[in-house]
Amino acid sequence: MSYTAIADQPVHMHDPTTFVSKYIWSQDHKVIAIQYGVTAIFVGVVALVLSALMRLQLGFPDTFEFINPNTYLQFATMHGMIMVVYLLTALLLGGFGNYLIPLMIGARDMAFPYLNMLSFWTYFLSVLVLLASFFVPGGPTGAGWTLYPPQAILPGTPGVDLGIVLMIVSLAIFIVAFTMGGLNYVTTILQARTAGMTLMRMPLTLWGIFIATVMGLLAFPALLVSAIMMAMDKLVGTSFFMPALISLGEAVDHSGGSPLLFQHLFWFFGHPEVYIVALPAFGMVSDVLATHARKNIFGYRMMVWAIVVIGLLSFVVWAHHMYVSGMNPTFGFFFATTTLIIAIPTAIKVYNWVLTLWQGNIKLTVPMIFAIGFIFTFIHGGLSGLFLGNVIVDVPLSDTYFVVAHFHMVMGVSPIMVLFAAIYHWYPLMTGRMFHEGLGKWHFWITFLGAYAVFLPIHYLGILGLPRRYFSFADTDFIPDTAHMLNAGVTVSAIIVALAQLLFIINIVWSFKHGKKADPNPWGAASLEWQTPEQPPRHGNWGDSLPVVYRWAYAYGVPGVKQDFIPQNVPTEQVMMLDENGAYQEQEV
Amino acid sequence: MNLWGRLTEKPWLAAPGGVPVAAEPPATDFASKRIALYFFLAVATVFFSLLVITFLTHSQFPGFQALAGEPWQPFTDTTRLWFNTSLLLLSSLAMQIALMASRAARPKLCLLALVGAIFFALQFLLAQLWLWQQLSDMGYGVRANPSSSYFYLLTALHGLHLVAGLVVLVKPLMGFWKGKSLDLIGGSVKLCTTYWHYLLVVWVLMFGLLASSEETYRTLAALCGL
Repeated sequence: MSYTAIADQPVHMHDPTTFVSKYIWSQDHKVIAIQYGVTAIFVGVVALVLSALMRLQLGFPDTFEFINPNTYLQFATMHGMIMVVYLLTALLLGGFGNYLIPLMIGARDMAFPYLNMLSFWTYFLSVLVLLASFFVPGGPTGAGWTLYPPQAILPGTPGVDLGIVLMIVSLAIFIVAFTMGGLNYVTTILQARTAGMTLMRMPLTLWGIFIATVMGLLAFPALLVSAIMMAMDKLVGTSFFMPALISLGEAVDHSGGSPLLFQHLFWFFGHPEVYIVALPAFGMVSDVLATHARKNIFGYRMMVWAIVVIGLLSFVVWAHHMYVSGMNPTFGFFFATTTLIIAIPTAIKVYNWVLTLWQGNIKLTVPMIFAIGFIFTFIHGGLSGLFLGNVIVDVPLSDTYFVVAHFHMVMGVSPIMVLFAAIYHWYPLMTGRMFHEGLGKWHFWITFLGAYAVFLPIHYLGILGLPRRYFSFADTDFIPDTAHMLNAGVTVSAIIVALAQLLFIINIVWSFKHGKKADPNPWGAASLEWQTPEQPPRHGNWGDSLPVVYRWAYAYGVPGVKQDFIPQNVPTEQVMMLDENGAYQEQEV
Repeated sequence: MNLWGRLTEKPWLAAPGGVPVAAEPPATDFASKRIALYFFLAVATVFFSLLVITFLTHSQFPGFQALAGEPWQPFTDTTRLWFNTSLLLLSSLAMQIALMASRAARPKLCLLALVGAIFFALQFLLAQLWLWQQLSDMGYGVRANPSSSYFYLLTALHGLHLVAGLVVLVKPLMGFWKGKSLDLIGGSVKLCTTYWHYLLVVWVLMFGLLASSEETYRTLAALCGL
């Protein structure tokens, strides 16, 4: 009989019996989450190394012979695409989405466990295809992560033979994997919530994952359409995006296509993608902040509505990436307006995070300092976004390092801070062990201060007018020597930050075996995932019967309660209260 | 509870003061699959809509030649397209009969209708390939003009969706093979029927698009603000 995640029927579950079915072809959402996580972090480390190589070239030009203009562009392209799609999207939704959704809603597994397994292995295939491009003649594509035609498929661009084809194929496979996973996440959240878990009692993590998944399902088709059409231009010789032009002195065999059309399609995916990454991070950071500040999240309903509104608005701002592309200038006004409007729900979230901290009983644990670090980096990145959202400011800053600094702060550093917060926060649940607190704090401070040492100067370089994507600036008149010195400093900082990530990897690997055994609920969290009968949760999550939910996930700092929180699955009549004599007793609150 | 009611709930109130514990009946396996299908249809709709938008954009570029409108253009005479459409329509009708038969607890009729749906769907795919051949022979190859590129692209992607549907349809057929009761197979038949009707609608819209004249494209593009 097929397994139904919704029904409380543990006997019919897909119990794994062999090593292969338990850890390889696993249908357990927790194992699949770890598979997603490990793969995404591995490929993310590859992208991190690529960025370090780029920084070496920028900081110390003409020093490293193996970095030439072609390899530099290839590093930049692969770094960008891997970080945005194969690391952040996969880890936030495939990793944390898989791990947390069933546990947080009180289900035994995803609605479609087999499809879930298929989703991971399809993602894995997409990663293999992507990495294969490093080993084909010509190497990976160097077209920039936006893959703009016509140059992406014209001679002269690195990886024009096989690299670009493998990139397109890999993206198409990734989108198939995401669609399978995404259908699972939304269906599970809508259908498999346990008794009492209404939509508005869900932790904000789930709201972030839910809306981001819906957005992903509706935005990734745009990337798929553009990938298919560009593949046809490249392989079949059609002219969807290719205009008539002269390339390397010869007329190309295309005419009538529009490169601008590709840009519209790409950014119709690309901008929602920013929020596909950001919304799960917004949700997770909300839960980490509330738990470690021992205070209910400020303005829960407003936080939910803000997530929904950001999700909707993110589909009508895409062309702010294209102010200098030659599109109709009238559009610029429209897209600048929508871009500035989206700052309103975003600002609501930021205020609510800060107000959650206000008068909270703040515990400066490792997850918490990463979460607070996120508030800093996100405000920083968000404010420079307000600059770039305005056409008149964007035009001179477009394609400079200012843009690089902005998007790295807002969707590089910020989500990564949340990812670290989340990994440290849920690590005891996933492994049953505590990580090393001291190493975690060293990791935070080097990463946080290092990120500023890297990206603050890059803002300044951008304002000076340094163009992005250049292999070398040589002796350009408008670039002072101090800028070159700054670039060297940025590179040193970047290498230190990159090496500091070893502290994180050593910490999670070492603690897995040697970490102190974690208490069942070490942070005193009220949400459901910490209330499983065994920790780490076993296959089926909930033992004999599913939990029943009586309240929201933010009952922290409740006056007169034995512990300062009430888990979601504790009925009101069982809450331990403090009586007049200071003794605890069960009574109604 | 309606959506507004859900979103304005006061979650800080615990049961019994807040929302009652068992406010909603437990969901069923079929309902989950139906929701997943609806979301997938939304994804497919975005996918095809974006293709159509890019088609309309292209139609306004100089050099774009519509496939219909003038006597010498291939889709001015739409007989072949109508023939292919009728095959897909028959397939969709057969799916509907299979659904009604499963509701009326008539397994033999249901099986027969399913086989009929597969037969007509395969016929449709073959007819589409034949149409490709015919257009190619007439000089409207995939590279001839963006309009013919779109013809091959749209029909191929629609065909792939139909092939995926045929793969899924194997499940209820295997159910019959294994002697499962109609109660267990009925859900799959219903979902497949919804998908079949959806693909018919997509094809009819694509038919209308591909067989339109340049004037129609101009009007549609103007309506879309292109």
